[in-house]
Amino acid sequence: MITHVTSVLAQDGLVDFNFGLLVDRFWANTIDGLAYGSIYALVAIGYTLVYGVLRLINFAHSEIFVIGVFATYFAFAAMGFAPGGTAQVALLPLIGSLLVAGIVAMLASGASAVLLERVAYRPLRKRGAPPLVFLITAIGASFAIQQIFLITLGGNSQPSIRLLRPTEVFSVFGARVTNIQILTFVAAIVLMVVADTFVNRTRLGRGVRAVSQDPTTATLMGVNRERVFMLTFLLGGVLAGAAALFYLMTIPAAAVYNGGFLLGIKAFTAAVLGGIGNLRGALLGGLVLGVAENYGQTFFGGEWRDVIAFVLLIIVLMFRPTGILGESLAKARA
Amino acid sequence: MSAAHAVDGVRVPFGTRMRNWWGSLDRWQQWAVLIPVVVLIYLLPVLNPPLLTTEPGTNFQITLFNAARIALIAIGLNIVVGQAGLLDLGYVGFFAVGAYTTAVLSSPDSFLNSQYPWLICVPAAMFVTAVSGLILGAPTLRLRGDYLAIVTLGFGEIVRLLADNLDPLRGQRGFAAIPGPEVTRADGSQIFTATNGTPWYWLTITVIIIVLMLVGNLERSRVGRAWVAIREDEDAAEAMGVPTFRFKLWAFAMGATIGGLSGSIYAGQVGFINSQGFDVVTSILFLAAVVLGGSGNKVGVILGAFIIVYIPDRFQVIAEYRFLIFGLAIIVLMIFRPQGLLGARQRLLTYGRRAYQRLIGKGEQISSESALGKHQEGVVR
Repeated sequence: MITHVTSVLAQDGLVDFNFGLLVDRFWANTIDGLAYGSIYALVAIGYTLVYGVLRLINFAHSEIFVIGVFATYFAFAAMGFAPGGTAQVALLPLIGSLLVAGIVAMLASGASAVLLERVAYRPLRKRGAPPLVFLITAIGASFAIQQIFLITLGGNSQPSIRLLRPTEVFSVFGARVTNIQILTFVAAIVLMVVADTFVNRTRLGRGVRAVSQDPTTATLMGVNRERVFMLTFLLGGVLAGAAALFYLMTIPAAAVYNGGFLLGIKAFTAAVLGGIGNLRGALLGGLVLGVAENYGQTFFGGEWRDVIAFVLLIIVLMFRPTGILGESLAKARA
Repeated sequence: MSAAHAVDGVRVPFGTRMRNWWGSLDRWQQWAVLIPVVVLIYLLPVLNPPLLTTEPGTNFQITLFNAARIALIAIGLNIVVGQAGLLDLGYVGFFAVGAYTTAVLSSPDSFLNSQYPWLICVPAAMFVTAVSGLILGAPTLRLRGDYLAIVTLGFGEIVRLLADNLDPLRGQRGFAAIPGPEVTRADGSQIFTATNGTPWYWLTITVIIIVLMLVGNLERSRVGRAWVAIREDEDAAEAMGVPTFRFKLWAFAMGATIGGLSGSIYAGQVGFINSQGFDVVTSILFLAAVVLGGSGNKVGVILGAFIIVYIPDRFQVIAEYRFLIFGLAIIVLMIFRPQGLLGARQRLLTYGRRAYQRLIGKGEQISSESALGKHQEGVVR
């Protein structure tokens, strides 16, 4: 329906379709999209895990991500990096600083995700509240966290701290691949593999899958359900924290109170796209969305970038609501 | 009926007693109570009562108008969220469509260059929003409930982005000089101006009363029963032969229409709109009004709307923190009183309460049936 609207708009000359540019920038778009999409993917895991286990869209997950962004930022600042310009650091201290900032972000996000579960969702579960109540609580929590940042840190984004300047490492068909992009992509893949292995291979992961299949039976079989919920939120939060580090490295000026909203929706779109509840689907969905968004941006023009994700979400939900890979956290083999 | 106090040793809550008392009154007695209350509500901006007033901080009449405007929105959103149980997070989108339709038709800045009077714009805006509600609802209402929430959120953003980026909609520059109703005093001066909230307040209150009557009738009809059935258990409703999709679409379109009406009134009052002020925060604020007051209860959502507008204006100290407070209030409310301040008690059968009382004697001991109030002990999802 919306695609129809846009085609009508195109006839009126309101939207310029730029096919030639799309061909020219195909490889650059693909590479940028893969790197940026891996950030979506990392955040998408948080949505997917919580949805897989609790059947809840954790709206506040985007704010968990923002907490990670601010944690990264203040970790940078605390390590003595000043805003403006690129910090001049040798390789080893640089890796050390990034690691420290990443760990701080992961801890902050993970801890706040667990805290959120404790404070907001657990009381509801104890009372057996219906799904709508969970959803509204999640929105309230998201809103409240966002406002805390707005009130304490103000509405402007923090001045950018750049530790690593994007430099070309090699090029693919004339499209440059930067060090930050490689770092982001590789780290995302590694973290995804770790998360996937954790859920599919370990004892704790088996508990997660059991609860996802059938909470009551899993409890009867001796799975500590509350611990599984905590673990789920922790894992999602930690990955969101990692995503926050790469996000801030890619866009140094992105530490702002409402920075999570759009990214959160897109990560959710990625999760749905790949099949919500499915870890590998989250990765695939994130990468597909990142790339599709870039193609769309080149084709329709930059101001339509954010519309593309929404339209894609609606189309996917209409025609294949189970996503590309299907919803299968529970169905994965033991 | 005086089943007021205690039935079989069970203490009947105050709200239920009030409800029973109200239900036991004759129609004329209800009117005898209602009319003075309504008159008092109409007189509020003129009386400007000392303790209640928001001045000197904010103009009291404007505050009242804003409260009435949000109340109208809350009534519309309540049909979608409270009656049919569909979580709509993009309601601001419909509000924006209504406001923009009015602006495009009436503002001299518009590409149409038509400058229709406001009174023609209002039904046009309602029609356009109803259609946009159908367009959004048709593909999305077949989705699961939680997906619907996020798709509507996306819709709200798309509307804002379109307003921002489509050239004829003028983005940040916006539309100026949107007229209100052309009513003049004896000396030729306009009655409806942006600075004087009182006539706008009266207009909105009148609209609210009309809408309440229409919506009330709708809720007592087959449509309303279908909505409640869908809200309580969609699968069961479907199995019992309720065409759920059609009635969900109906609810969506009705809600959208009222949102468009409100947007139209808003555009007329402020006289200038641009792409600012139709963001998701506003949408969540609307939802907060509904949830706070009591989703599914019309009096409740009006109270909720009044609270979210009036409290920050009256107590300026908290104005900066109001979004934070409302966000926290939602969490706390959902844990301790999920049905809101005034919970919904609509029965599946219009006269179910009476039938029930006839069956078991008297009193009211079924727990609340609101979609939000259905806490079941020991059931874990």
